[in-house]
Parts: sequence; structure tokens; C-alpha cells
Amino acid sequence: MIEDIEIGELRTLCQVIQEKYKYDFNNYAISSFKRRVIRFLELFKVPNMTVLIEKIKTDPAFFKTFMNELTVNVTEMFRDPSLWRDIRDKVLPNLFSTQETIKIWHAGCSSGEEVYSMCILLKENGWLDNVKIWATDIDENILAKAKAPKYNMKNMFEVNEKNYIRYGGTGKLSDYYKEEHGVAHMDTSLVSNVTYRTHDLVKSGIFNKFDLILCRNVMIYFNQQLQNEVFKLFHESLFNYSYFIIGSKETLIWSEIAGKFITINQEEKIFKKVKE
Amino acid sequence: MSLQNLNIDKSRFKAVVIGGSAGSFQVVTKILAEINPGFDLPIFMALHRLKHVRNGFVEALMLKSKLNIVEPDDKESIKRGIVYLAPSNYHMSVELGYKIALSTEEMINNSRPAIDVTFDSASYVYKNKTLGIMLTGANKDGAWGMKRLKDRGGFAIVQEPSECTIDTMPTAAIKATQVDMILHTSDIIKVLNSLV
Repeated sequence: MIEDIEIGELRTLCQVIQEKYKYDFNNYAISSFKRRVIRFLELFKVPNMTVLIEKIKTDPAFFKTFMNELTVNVTEMFRDPSLWRDIRDKVLPNLFSTQETIKIWHAGCSSGEEVYSMCILLKENGWLDNVKIWATDIDENILAKAKAPKYNMKNMFEVNEKNYIRYGGTGKLSDYYKEEHGVAHMDTSLVSNVTYRTHDLVKSGIFNKFDLILCRNVMIYFNQQLQNEVFKLFHESLFNYSYFIIGSKETLIWSEIAGKFITINQEEKIFKKVKE
Repeated sequence: MSLQNLNIDKSRFKAVVIGGSAGSFQVVTKILAEINPGFDLPIFMALHRLKHVRNGFVEALMLKSKLNIVEPDDKESIKRGIVYLAPSNYHMSVELGYKIALSTEEMINNSRPAIDVTFDSASYVYKNKTLGIMLTGANKDGAWGMKRLKDRGGFAIVQEPSECTIDTMPTAAIKATQVDMILHTSDIIKVLNSLV
């Protein structure tokens, strides 16, 4: 059992990572960041922080593994089914009422479940060819998995399928994957309009303009100061009168850009940009 | 352990953490119904609950509660006298700087929210000024968190196992660490009200 990590040790770790690898974790939320580090120490049998910091300093491959474990890659298809109904019945019809094609950004797409959820929704409503999607994540390993996902069947049945049914899809979730040896291979033709790329919300900045941005349960791992900066990035990356969707327990009320959005649905955390 | 000997310094605590599984709903209802309305510490509650039911839990608890209960948003500032209930499908932590932090990390003992996460993070911030209470429950989630809380000098109360519908949780906590008191619900309420 790992003893407690001191804040000072976490600060040193962040400093080393920033100097050597140019990732800035200084403004990550302490409680979860500390838990991720402890989890890593236990998983990889690293005896203490001094050893960890030394290994990260000297071994880039080791750091890659560390990055991969640090980011939280727990997600679901159609998480919060009622939100997905709102996307289908309100958000997208509103956008399509005045334009033929729309651009969507999934920021922090992790293993890709949400991107597939979106593409299934689009396909079932005949919109798939009218949408271009960008899916980004800080972690290149997870992006590789997101592109051609193999989701385990237990999760598929117990979580994803249940969510899909609650959402009220027109088909069966099994229409969109092939099962082999307890693993669901997703139908990659669904994501032919998706561009996957690495992007670090902390430092990569704006790369395109969108009609809809989804960034759900990503910013909970940041402190408020960093959240505020990232909110500004999203505001800048949205066309006026476009939509912004965050996690059901995230909020932008205290951020600088709060006054530039109106709330479309408080429960589902759907916002609309109304001011440049 | 008798309550007569109870001699807890009122100013000793800064926060209360309560853990239990779905079956603890009635115990929690009773505690919140009989707690002194002037109770002015924050209370953090991690109770196992259905992951796909987002609404209704707070409303049901509020019916009889003397204190205000919220399912906080991420990074919400912690106020005294408020009960913070971990939202469904999120772990709830106390963040340095007295904020709530939510997370979607892996389930722990098949649970999200996990009691371990709330107990561990709260006692990291409030140190020996943390009062932990473990109620009836059906798995061992919370035992490790209770040990962390004790290691940091916190005070541990466990619901009397014989009173519990399912005693796995309190029994696991008792095994994991040297708890300070094993009490019936009515005495847990007395302890809390002695802090007002």
C-alpha cells in the first residue's frame, strides 16, 4: 500500500513533465490527479514518488505509459440517454433548419464511445453524410483505439446497449458491430467522416470552427482556473448561435464566457453561444 | 462503548462524511429528519445508487430533512450546513481549497460513487477534523476509505452491525481499522447533535 503523496511531490512531478515533455498538468484537479498517480504507482509497482520522478525524467517510453494511465478513459455509449434524445430532437434539427452541413467537435473523445453514439444517431436519422466530425484527445494511444474500437461485450450488454435502448434508437445496437471472442468490433464505416487527431486542451489552441462542441466529463479533471481558459477556447471555436454541451454535473456559470451563452437545457447542460 | 462517556470537543470537527449502500436510505432519512437544524458542518454523503436514475433521490431525502441537500456540480464551493450527496455515476471528492470535485474514474468495488473516494479525499483535506460514519451496506466499499480517515487522525463511527439490514460494510470497516465507536442509529444522531 502506497503511503500518502504530498502536494510538494505532485508539484515536482508536474514540473519535470512540463520541462521534459511540454505537458502542463499544474492546473489539473488535485484530488483526481493524486488518485491517478497513486493508481499508477500501484499498478506498475513503483515504490515511491522519487523513483517515479526519476524514471519519468530518463525514460520517454515509460512516460508514454504513464500518460496513458493518467488520463481517465472510462466512458459509455449514449451516456445520459435523455441528452442524446435532445440532440436528436432539438439540437440537430435546429442546426439543419438553416444549413445543409454541420461540423462537430468531440473534445476529449477518449476511447471513442461518444463519437460512435453520435454517428449511430446521425445514421439512423439520415444525417450521416451531412456532418463532418473532429474527435480529439491528448493521448495518442487512446486515439488509436478510438479509430477502430474493440469494446468488450460485457460492457456492450450491461452499459451501452441499455443506454441505447433508453435513448430509443431505431434499430439494435448489435446492427453496428460484429462480435468475435467476446469483443465487439465496431463498424468503422460509421466513422468515415470523422477526423481523429491529438489535441491538448491546455495548450493546442483553436484549430477550426464548429456548429456543435461536446466536451463531457473532461474538464472535471481540471481546476477552475484551467476550466476558465478552456471555456474561452471553446467559445472561440464555436460559430455564433452554435451549441455547446458539457457533462451533466459540469457548469460554466463562474467562467468568464458565461454571459456569452444562453442555457438551452439546464438538466442536460446544453448551451448556445449568442455573443462573439 | 457507551454514550455517557462521550466527550467529544465540539470544535474538533470540520466535516462529516457518511457512507452506505442503497439499503441505507431509511437510516439516512432518519438521521436527516432528526438532526438539529442548526447543524453547521458540511456533510458529504456517498451512497450507492442506481446509475441511470439521475433524479428523485435528493427530492425523496428532502421530504423530511432538516438540512438542505444538494447533488453538487463539479468545483462547487463547499458551504457549512449543507449535505452534499454524490451524484449518480460520479465519484465525489473534496478538493483542496474546499471545493467539490467530481470524476468518472473506474468503478471501485463495482461502485460509482464509491465511498472510498469520498472518505479518502475528505480526510486528506480535513485531516483529523473529519468525522466518518459508515452505515448499513452490502459490499466492502468504504472500509479502505475509513482506514485512510483513521490514519489521518479522523474519528470513525460505524453503525451497529446487528441493527443493519446487511452488515458487510460496517463489518468490513471494523475489520480494516480501529474504529472509535459502534453505535445504533439513534446514538449516531445524538453524537451529531452534540456537535451543534
